[in-house]
Amino acid sequence: MDIFLQQIINGLVLGSIYALVALGYTMVYGIMGLINFAHGEVVMLGALVALSVVSVLAGSGLPGVVIALLGLAVAALVCMAVGFTIERIAYRPLRKAPRLAPLITAIGVSIVLQNLAMLVWGRNYHAFPPVLPASQHEILGATITSLQLAIIAIAALMMAALVLLIQRTRLGRAMRATAENPAIAQLMGVDIDRIISFTFVIGSALAAVAGLMVSANYSIAHYYMGFILGLKAFTAAVLGGIGNIAGAMIGGILLGLIESLGAGYIGDLTGGFLGSHYQDVFAFFVLICVLVLRPSGLVGEKLAERA
Amino acid sequence: MTVADSVLLEARNVDKRFGGVRALQAVSLTIRTGEIYGLIGPNGAGKTTFFNVLTGLYAPDGGTLLFAGAALAASSPHTAAARGIARTFQNIRLFANMTALENVMVGCHVRTRAGVLGAVLRDRRTRGEEEAIRRRAEELLHYVGIADRAHDLARYLPYGDQRRLEIARALATGPRLLALDEPAAGMNGTEREALRVLIEGIRKDGTTVLLIEHDVKLVMGLCDRVAVLDHGARICEDVPAVVQKDARVIEAYLGPGENVHA
Repeated sequence: MDIFLQQIINGLVLGSIYALVALGYTMVYGIMGLINFAHGEVVMLGALVALSVVSVLAGSGLPGVVIALLGLAVAALVCMAVGFTIERIAYRPLRKAPRLAPLITAIGVSIVLQNLAMLVWGRNYHAFPPVLPASQHEILGATITSLQLAIIAIAALMMAALVLLIQRTRLGRAMRATAENPAIAQLMGVDIDRIISFTFVIGSALAAVAGLMVSANYSIAHYYMGFILGLKAFTAAVLGGIGNIAGAMIGGILLGLIESLGAGYIGDLTGGFLGSHYQDVFAFFVLICVLVLRPSGLVGEKLAERA
Repeated sequence: MTVADSVLLEARNVDKRFGGVRALQAVSLTIRTGEIYGLIGPNGAGKTTFFNVLTGLYAPDGGTLLFAGAALAASSPHTAAARGIARTFQNIRLFANMTALENVMVGCHVRTRAGVLGAVLRDRRTRGEEEAIRRRAEELLHYVGIADRAHDLARYLPYGDQRRLEIARALATGPRLLALDEPAAGMNGTEREALRVLIEGIRKDGTTVLLIEHDVKLVMGLCDRVAVLDHGARICEDVPAVVQKDARVIEAYLGPGENVHA
């Protein structure tokens, strides 16, 4: 089996998920300059809700794909409602507050959501029922499962749809205008409250998709999974240039590849001293490097105009 | 009363304070439908503050604004746009990272409807509206004379074109009153003349114009009536010929008489 190609495939799968989550961070930052640290928890809720629905339906005799799609639909609705509510009750009252206030609030919301999830689902790890077909495909000596293929394809599709939405529709134009200058956008008749709500809802829907992908791909979900996943997706957004849609996509894929290749080769590089469980180190090493060397990210522009 | 004489905007005793500073003191003025109305005054006289109150960016501390006969709710900018008031800015405020065409298309926002559902479904009505927005935006760019720059990012346009783009964007909101905040600032003679022609054209096509401008020659040549603000108070409102001879106006601009002769 070709290790290199295998790690590329794993990296692309992981990266697709990071990218979907990173988009949620970057869109909210782009529109209102807020780092929504609760976003990782929305992914977690998506994962757990989807897992619960799939578990309930697992014995129903429905085809596995249909079960997964039903799980996704419920998870997406729940996450969209949660995202909408978070913005409404936690961030909107602080729209004019100093930047630190909403940031701390975001961390608070994150803790609240984690604990709510713990009350509902308990502290245990939950296994994702094996409802999806587990067929494997060989590509040049590496294997890729149908699920992994589906993850990459669906993520690509969703990102393409998002780009079209933002670039080609009246709503997307209003979002970009709001991101550039909310006051002027309002003068053009844009209701920025609606645009901000919509941004949270879209980001949360993407988070729900990512949540299902994570729990299905790694067959596991638990109340604490959103923390590290959220931090990594945030890292991906910063790597690409926070506030930049393309940056979040590129940053997500790149971070997935870096982690995957790093985990695959760290043993060889250190003569077995460090193992693949050091995978997480790479993400934060990348975050530190970006913040030190190029704070605006790979495709980000200087943020001077905003400041 | 003919249409030309009917009142479009009436400000009654509008007050605006910032801390201890009275930026607007009981300002009253009347803009008639179809006229070009000039608002002049020395720096810091309160002209831009009045614009900001008019367009809903600031809530007034006192007084009322009547637009087309109904009170202008002093709350949100997007309702001012919906009522038919559009403006440009003294310091240009375009969406710098969007194309000229997109800037104008955003201006169409207030008169169009497609929302979340339309964006997702891309049904026939949504696509039709999008097409109409694009056509309208192209027309407006042509109208202000920068059709050839449609696909350039706004920040790459030359200064004079940026000012024109702001006017096109404001017109896209379908205003009854177009408020221009120092549109000629930084323009050379040729550009000023082109701007004068453009503003006259806008009026002829049925939009009332409110103009803040430092270029006295431009104001006096273009405006039907002029109001003068000084230290937040309206000291004069009349036709240009009368305003130019008003003692208080001369004093506001040149200082008290004895200083002039000193």
